[in-house]
Amino acid sequence: MKKISTPYLLLLPGFAFLLTFFVFPIVSLAQVSTATPVSGGDIDDFEQTFRFRNYLEAFLDSREHFGRSIIYALLATLIALLISYPLAYALAFKSGKYKNVLLVLVVAPFFTSFLLRTVAWKQILGEEGFVVPPLRALGLISESTTLTSTAGAVILGMAYNFLPFMTLPLYASIDRIDPRTLEASGDLYANGFTTFRKVTLPLSMPGVVAGTLLTFIPAAGDYVNAELLGGPNNTMIGNVIQSRFLIPDYPTTSALSFMLMAAILIIVVVYIRKAGTDEVV
Amino acid sequence: MTSQNRESIVSKRPLGASISRWFGKNLIRVYMALAFTYLFIPVVYTFVFSFNDSGKSNITWQGFTFDKWLYPCGAPRVCEALGNSIKIGLLSTIFSTILGTLIAFAIGRYAFRGRSASNLLIFLPMATPEIVLGASILSLFLVLQISPGFWPTVIAHVVFCVSFVVVTVKARIASLDPRLEQAAMDLYANEFQTFRRVTLPLVAPGIAAAALLAFSLSFDDFIITNFNSGNVTTFPKFIYGAAARGIPAQANVIASAVFFLALALVIVGQVVSRKRKVS
Repeated sequence: MKKISTPYLLLLPGFAFLLTFFVFPIVSLAQVSTATPVSGGDIDDFEQTFRFRNYLEAFLDSREHFGRSIIYALLATLIALLISYPLAYALAFKSGKYKNVLLVLVVAPFFTSFLLRTVAWKQILGEEGFVVPPLRALGLISESTTLTSTAGAVILGMAYNFLPFMTLPLYASIDRIDPRTLEASGDLYANGFTTFRKVTLPLSMPGVVAGTLLTFIPAAGDYVNAELLGGPNNTMIGNVIQSRFLIPDYPTTSALSFMLMAAILIIVVVYIRKAGTDEVV
Repeated sequence: MTSQNRESIVSKRPLGASISRWFGKNLIRVYMALAFTYLFIPVVYTFVFSFNDSGKSNITWQGFTFDKWLYPCGAPRVCEALGNSIKIGLLSTIFSTILGTLIAFAIGRYAFRGRSASNLLIFLPMATPEIVLGASILSLFLVLQISPGFWPTVIAHVVFCVSFVVVTVKARIASLDPRLEQAAMDLYANEFQTFRRVTLPLVAPGIAAAALLAFSLSFDDFIITNFNSGNVTTFPKFIYGAAARGIPAQANVIASAVFFLALALVIVGQVVSRKRKVS
């Protein structure tokens, strides 16, 4: 009854668009990544010379930034998970009739521009904010200690900014758990901790996987938090890509982008294999 | 109420046991209160500083004023940036919602060869860091010798919004009861009538949610916009540019207004959907 061609017709416009403006750009990024400047040409003229050394040079120049990006993003993801899991659990099981109100409240902060919220953190934690001066007055931190321009500020800023990407998938998968399975576990003499470890956590794994990926991926490529909340020693690979792009040094920009994507894909694939779930989306 | 509880227990100070019992009982509430405080600190800060009687930079408190709310366009170029963001947001929402909904119906409704490859193509843009997406789309425009600006930004926004639309609408389609459509067919509705009168109204809330999500993603995007917009200033770009020399309080006014507007929209949406469920 249903025509075979129908799904393909439905897919056609969207996939034509994605092929042109997603797949094709990735290919052209690959082309640019092995190009070299045209001698005597304009500053943004590059020609294809298949110079794969671009990758090696780009990597050697910014391996510290790569390392920092991965470590910061992992820590931010971990912190976001530790904050979000109990929150999502409470929303799903403990919020009763206020469930919908609280769910709106979780998302609401993200209706304010993310740049303004990050600038707000910068000012709150900054020298003229309302945190540092009282701490100084009490002698809890020394005159030279700052809260901004630190790795901690960058990591906390990222954990904050990507929190809804963690909380919402977690909530969706915890909310789907039948509370009777938890009761059954209790009836079988499991204590609270065992119930969590053997029942709740495994059942919520799709949410954990989706949430950690949706947090880790944007965090690894982010440069706004590092720029606003970090100092010169906290720059990430995103900052390098951005500054190279402004020169403009498109080959290095492209090579770094490719390596970032490759690193993320490898981590994602290994992680999904380990976590043993296909339900990512 | 909870803080009173704590005080009464602390003042009695019977033993550590009762304190820990109180915490055991209310731990989740204390935790939620802390989590929500963390979530809302920058929002409240932004709102409070929209009343700051500040000059160019809005860092220290200078005194209370309503002026910035009365003249939100008082700062140079802030409303131009807002206008650009709204225009780009609306256009990318329209395009990505149409393209994404069609794809969602194909993937959600049909079994066909290449379905899992299609799922992968939808997942990949979400798995690509924004900075890579932004740089790659720009590299295409450079190859085609198109200079960055308004339309390149719209196109770039559609690229990352489509996947989120597909995922949202697909979830709604998956939750539909197939028997409703079978019932319509049993009642002699043809395929098109069934779609118009049964399927589409049932999926509509999902499409609306997807459109709202697409708009908010586009409206708040900075990294991809920064690569592809050239001289066109959007609201996030305005804030980023102003951050170095001081953000005018009018930006806080606009951000706070957007916050309340979005909150109102979500609350209205929830009330409407609840009324529908009841009736």
